[in-house]
Amino acid sequence: MPNLSELTVGQVVAEKTFEITRDSLVRYAGASGDFNPIHYRDDIAQQVGLPGVLAHGMLTMGVSISPVVEWLGDAAKVLDYSVRFTKPVLVPANSPAMLSVSATVGAIEDGKARIDITTSFEGNNVLGKAQAWVKP
Amino acid sequence: MVNPAIEGKRYPRTPSYLVGREKLREFAKATYLPASFEVNASDQAQLVAPPTFPVVIQEQSLKLVLSDPEAKLDFSRVVHGDQRFVFERPIVAGDELTSELVVASIKTLAGNHLVTFNTEIFDASNKLVCTAISTLVVRGESA
Repeated sequence: MPNLSELTVGQVVAEKTFEITRDSLVRYAGASGDFNPIHYRDDIAQQVGLPGVLAHGMLTMGVSISPVVEWLGDAAKVLDYSVRFTKPVLVPANSPAMLSVSATVGAIEDGKARIDITTSFEGNNVLGKAQAWVKP
Repeated sequence: MVNPAIEGKRYPRTPSYLVGREKLREFAKATYLPASFEVNASDQAQLVAPPTFPVVIQEQSLKLVLSDPEAKLDFSRVVHGDQRFVFERPIVAGDELTSELVVASIKTLAGNHLVTFNTEIFDASNKLVCTAISTLVVRGESA
């Protein structure tokens, strides 16, 4: 488990790439109770003017904290977590969308560390100002 | 659209939600958490919820807004703008949670409405556990 005194600002603490498939979206719909059909039906996504089926923003938010939880070794150490949803993650019917997550120490204050998270899909950041305050 | 007059409106407390161990495991798997998420250094007996799990409780309160005729919130025009969870303590399996939502602000930007909800989540002894802050973007008719 990480020790706060050993962290430095700018240090990369976790990096991981995730495969998001249609199955992932169905699984998240069931787990979260968000059954908005734009997250699993191409016809409905098109009807409302979307370029295709999108991942739930909250799935992207959940996946993005996963490598940080793995690094911390304990979900209870996440005290505050916020993101802005800036770009959609399109998930094709028969191939995965690849989400690359990178987590860096942004600040250290009052016994806590701010972890800045970058999540990219096809070379674009899909989250803005994704930050978690953690107590390692 | 959304009715700007609901700014400041407070919705009733939701019924108690019992946080189940297997629900937490299902949610953790769905959000790709490692199996090690089950380790809680402060109390090995307690299974800690994944950091974004409070969205499930927030959703209970949001349903009240969506079904409120005064709010006139057109869900088909809604996209999620931002989300934050501030924890007073971790949520654990066995918690019985209720939530209370207030419409914190409604702003208009480039023909869209930005609606920010603050949802406070309480445990069975009525102590604040987590505040969920969510901004929804309601696209205007021309957008």
